[in-house]
Amino acid sequence: NKASCVKGWALSPALLPRLLLPRTGYRRASRGLWTSVQRLLATTGGTDSQLPPFPSQARVVICGGGIVGTSVAYHLAKLGWTDIVLLEQGRLGAGTTRLCAGIVSVAKPISVECQMANYSLNLYQQLEEETGVKTGYANTGSLCLAQNQDRLLSLKRLASRLKVLGISCNVIKSKAVAKLHPLVNIHDLVGALHLPDDAVVSPPDVNHALAVAAAQHGVQILERTTVQQVLVENGHVMAVETDRGSIECEYFVNCAGQWAYELGQASEMKVSIPLHGCEHFYLLTKPLPENLSANNPVVLDMDGRVYVRNWQGGLLSGGFEKNPKPIFTEGRNQLEIQNMQEDWDHFEPMLSSLLRRMPGLESAEILQLVNCPESFTPDMRCLMGETPGVSGYFVLAGMNSSGLAFAGGGGKYLAEWMTYGYPSTDVWPLDIKRFGNLQSSRTFLRHRVMEVMPLLYDLKVPRWDFQTGRQLRTSPLYDRLDTQGARWMEKHGFERPKYFIPQGKDLLSLDQSKTFYKPDWFDIVGAEVKCCKEAVCVVDMSSFTKFELTSTEGEALDLLQHLCANDLDVPVGHIVHTGMLNKRGGYENDCSVVRLSKNSFFIISPSDQPVHCWSWIKKHMPSDPNLHLEDVSWKFTALNLIGPRAMDVLAELSYVSMKPEHFPSMFCKEMSVGYANGIRVMSMTHTGEPGFMLYIPIEYALHVYNEVMSVGQKYGIRNAGYYGLRSLRIEKFFAFWGQDLNAFTTPLECGREFRVKFDKDMDFLGREALVQQRHDGVSRRFVMLVLEDHDTELDVWPWWGEPIYCNGRLAGTTTSSAYSYTLERHVCLGFVSTPPGPDGLPTPITPDFINRGDYEVDIAGQRYSAKAKLYPFSSLFTQQKRRKEDLELSNLQAK
Amino acid sequence: MPVTYQVLRGFPRSKVFAASLVPCQQHHSQFGPIAHHPASRVPSHMWQRCQPSRSYKTTSLLHSYILTPPQVNSILKANEFSFKVPEFDGKNVSSVMGFESNQLPANAPIEDRRSAATCLQTRGMLLGVFDGHAGCACAQALSERLFYYIAVSLLPHDTLCELEAAVEAGRAVSPILQWHKHPNDYFSREAQTLYFNSLRTYWQELIDLTSPGEVPETREALLNAFKRLDNDISLEAQVGDPNAFLHYWVLRVAFSGATACVAHIEGQDLFIANAGDARAVLGVQEEDGSFSAHTMSNDHSAQNDDEMARIRGEHPPSERKTVIRQDRLLGLLMPFRAFGDVKFKWSIELQKRVLESGPDQLHENEHTKFIPPNYHTPPYLTAEPEITYHKLRPQDRFLVLGSDGLWETLHRQEVVRVVGEYLTGVHQRQPLTVGGYKVTLGQMQGLLEERKARVSSAFEDQNSATHLMRHAVGNNEFGTVDHERLSKMLSLPEELARMYRDDITIIVTQFNPHVIGAQRQEGQS
Repeated sequence: NKASCVKGWALSPALLPRLLLPRTGYRRASRGLWTSVQRLLATTGGTDSQLPPFPSQARVVICGGGIVGTSVAYHLAKLGWTDIVLLEQGRLGAGTTRLCAGIVSVAKPISVECQMANYSLNLYQQLEEETGVKTGYANTGSLCLAQNQDRLLSLKRLASRLKVLGISCNVIKSKAVAKLHPLVNIHDLVGALHLPDDAVVSPPDVNHALAVAAAQHGVQILERTTVQQVLVENGHVMAVETDRGSIECEYFVNCAGQWAYELGQASEMKVSIPLHGCEHFYLLTKPLPENLSANNPVVLDMDGRVYVRNWQGGLLSGGFEKNPKPIFTEGRNQLEIQNMQEDWDHFEPMLSSLLRRMPGLESAEILQLVNCPESFTPDMRCLMGETPGVSGYFVLAGMNSSGLAFAGGGGKYLAEWMTYGYPSTDVWPLDIKRFGNLQSSRTFLRHRVMEVMPLLYDLKVPRWDFQTGRQLRTSPLYDRLDTQGARWMEKHGFERPKYFIPQGKDLLSLDQSKTFYKPDWFDIVGAEVKCCKEAVCVVDMSSFTKFELTSTEGEALDLLQHLCANDLDVPVGHIVHTGMLNKRGGYENDCSVVRLSKNSFFIISPSDQPVHCWSWIKKHMPSDPNLHLEDVSWKFTALNLIGPRAMDVLAELSYVSMKPEHFPSMFCKEMSVGYANGIRVMSMTHTGEPGFMLYIPIEYALHVYNEVMSVGQKYGIRNAGYYGLRSLRIEKFFAFWGQDLNAFTTPLECGREFRVKFDKDMDFLGREALVQQRHDGVSRRFVMLVLEDHDTELDVWPWWGEPIYCNGRLAGTTTSSAYSYTLERHVCLGFVSTPPGPDGLPTPITPDFINRGDYEVDIAGQRYSAKAKLYPFSSLFTQQKRRKEDLELSNLQAK
Repeated sequence: MPVTYQVLRGFPRSKVFAASLVPCQQHHSQFGPIAHHPASRVPSHMWQRCQPSRSYKTTSLLHSYILTPPQVNSILKANEFSFKVPEFDGKNVSSVMGFESNQLPANAPIEDRRSAATCLQTRGMLLGVFDGHAGCACAQALSERLFYYIAVSLLPHDTLCELEAAVEAGRAVSPILQWHKHPNDYFSREAQTLYFNSLRTYWQELIDLTSPGEVPETREALLNAFKRLDNDISLEAQVGDPNAFLHYWVLRVAFSGATACVAHIEGQDLFIANAGDARAVLGVQEEDGSFSAHTMSNDHSAQNDDEMARIRGEHPPSERKTVIRQDRLLGLLMPFRAFGDVKFKWSIELQKRVLESGPDQLHENEHTKFIPPNYHTPPYLTAEPEITYHKLRPQDRFLVLGSDGLWETLHRQEVVRVVGEYLTGVHQRQPLTVGGYKVTLGQMQGLLEERKARVSSAFEDQNSATHLMRHAVGNNEFGTVDHERLSKMLSLPEELARMYRDDITIIVTQFNPHVIGAQRQEGQS
């Protein structure tokens, strides 16, 4: 039985000497792996009887011995988990980890990623001390170069975000670059961002160190063990089947990197893990003749699409090309990851770019061109968390070429997630539940990652839309709107109109319209907003997630009363705006619920919520045959009639008075519009303007739209898009889930106490936390900031994530912003908090703090003073007045 | 220079000086066939080569035509065609991967024809280039008929019997050929019955001549097919047809002429049957990756001493001086072997008799009555092909069949280089590896840029024949395509085009080295 004997070793012999090096303290502390190692040593060669038994049971099984898998194991163990088994199909760190370039930089597109990278830096720095394993850690710092002013702006924006996180960074002049790195040609640079804390490591060594530390804490590591499938029972992970037998377990963590997608598909209940591989190339040179200082910073020349780091006396340089080569579309059997071919012709643009940046390298000798496939996701962010379909099935994969930088922080967050039910910070941008089966098509993924990979180094400007994988989900009105000049954006695969280009007008081409300043659609959206305010606009909002919850008895109401913060025991026909909160009182979802009948409810949630909200409700839903939840998103086309004349249009089409006295606000009626019957008409909008939402069975959509447009003509109706809505809702101080609200925001923090059923003696999810918070007072408050001295024409526009300063002190960040055409000012929404008290504890926020503070918003390093407000400017009065005047005018004409 | 200029003005670059032997070529009659004879003392292949570069400087007319790259492409790609041999799940894989072909007219209408077909009853692939002269009729007939003659010649006795039985009983006949045709490659509908009857007569004779179980040899089959078809063309013209149009048509076919170069590929066996001055060249990839040309056929023209000797030997010594003059047969015809051209084959009496009994249209043209000078001992011309055999090796990557319009603009070595680099660049460009060598980043960058430049010129074309055509027409002295030159050559007005270039027809057949390699191993073991 020699074969199984070799296969069966817990750790390969090659790893043993390294494991034995460290201090003696190990022996006492170690269990699991260590004992097996000792046993192996005792009987050099090992016989069947001495083999560590293959575990038949474990609490957690982690698949993947790369840096991500070992980090998860490490952090779980640190949080006190025992009985963890880590399975690796080959050797530890033999996949992408072995080949990756080893740069750990905090220069990442969104703040939570910066945080993760920052945590990883600190972790790797102390890992050598903790484990005694050399990690190759060198604090070199890094330089992000800017070849043009737009790039410099984006670096400045990054710098202000990093400052919020307390990460040091400096925007420097190009001359300073030359001092930091002698090889860099600075002639075409306009500046750079210096990140002094960034570092380089040796990824396989970090991987090894994490494995050693995890093993010390009792994690059992099995190499050469392939996971074949995950067995599921009653929607919960039950066991993992490997080529060496099966392991019963409660939790399964898929950290299979490139193979995570396939492994997900191989599960008994398919799990969608949307990622796709691309080849990635970097070059290694032989040691350079003139000795480089080992601490030369890493150079990231994003405009040139290359990165460079020191490597064993020479350099390592790779890049993210415009024309990536997707790989493994048909699965792993195509090619072994170890046998990837070098492709010099493909690397040519990056080589030229490197030599332009460092002309001195012309005489450097080539050692090797490495082809290291990386996995990419549809939105350039990693996939983390519990999968929606199978409870106990966790994922951490799809690192978009930043596996090393994210492994530490990602492992920590996932371990927290498994331990406490959620990480210590909001990770919605990374949550795997932002995707569903929708994004699992191989064709879609292949096309999308070809766009995503170059995007890593592309200039990222506000309001950027993906160009690939589009027109998947569309409203029945798509073609009608498209021919009327609609320009589209996409949310969860659904096409939504941004704005409508009037006939004869043309906007700049896509590339030219990339700007941090005033965009070319400014006047177009302005006209749409004006029409919403003064006449009536129609907006196709079909992308909303729509569920129906029904029961035979009162079970549906009971469930919703438990899930929702607001009281749903309202008369039939009423609409309730409510949050679904978690135990911390934070928003898991923000939705409108309509009581259609005594025991049936219509739940409208944001467009990106279909997977997350579904799984949230399902998770808390008792398995009761009388209770039925259905996703009806596809059954309805949603049209928003917005503006003061919306009621006139509808009245004319239905012969029913739509005046507030007959059709009060937040009310829903099934009625006929044109010939079509059974339209759910709701007196609400999502922007705070007067108007109606029409939920139309899709077969009537075109008819209703045509009728609305033809009747609306005399009221000046026109199409409008989401950019206009955005401007309207922000100036009305409406918070949106996913942008302003997240799992760490409570209703009290955003002035929505009136939407919480405190007065009802009824328990609901999050009540306890809210009661406590009401008692303690909130220290963080959602505010509206109107920029005072910001020049719309000349200044950089705010986006989101800008730091807010109060009396010169950092007080928070913005979450969304828009130009208000009514106020003729920029409006930013965001959270501010008070400085901690002398005891270090948060202090309650007061209206005075908001109203009397001197506020500033930092946009790309420039601070603009702002007026903070807790309530929107009401334009209701002016509207009513205008409406009255209009009426008088039309009466006159009639005579 | 003035002499050359005169020549250019005076003569179309026609293969036959007496260009309008047949009335369909009305526009040629403006050039007197014999009047300019004394001027053409310079060997034709020489002035052909040097004229384009000089002459468009002197002709201001040409400057007004400059085409944009897309226009150039649309002209070059108008007749391109490609065919990939389908693979069936790894089974029955052919030694031929596929072929790509193209044609560029200089005559209006073009006088070149091409054909490609798979023999369904045997299992070989046939590819042919037919270069017509004095009209396109003969080349057209060859393109429709020759492969049927070859295919029938290749059929075993028993299959022929089945075929005959099926035709006799009026049953459905299993097809003999699968054609691979560009939409512009047409078949004349009217003559099909006539052609079929001649073909049937042929196979009936074959049945009589062969015995059961007999399988013909490819070499013999090709030889017989060529000779038989030329004979049939001649006979059909002599017999005539009650239908006036058909009668006129068979005369047109017989009085015009065409060379033929046909390849038959089955497994490792490559046969070339050639009659005339079209040519087949094999592209062989050397161990260092470069390509060398291996000529598979001999030109039957004045440049071939054996041919000169053969023709002189076939006629009495008294005609020694007259039978080949100015490198032309009887001072008129450039190719020394050809189909049709009964003016060089029939006796004077036969010619006169046929013409007198022919339809009236023939009499309207003076030149049909023209008899070549010093015409004493016909026939002077034959369609008998010269047959070459080659056993394919893995390093034999492709075969280029081209009409003389190609070979007079590009040297065969250059042709093979262009096609070889195109095919490897597009399909199997050797990846670069550093290996253990000392290479600096600067050197690598230079190398990569050079490779990129080479690929980008090939990138415009999806078809190797088109790519070769681009080079043939637009090549400059550095071996790269000069757009300005290409544009000028393509924008020549119809009546001038023929003076600067000939019709060009190209078929590039790509072999499958893996299949050939495997077959060779099987053969050895």
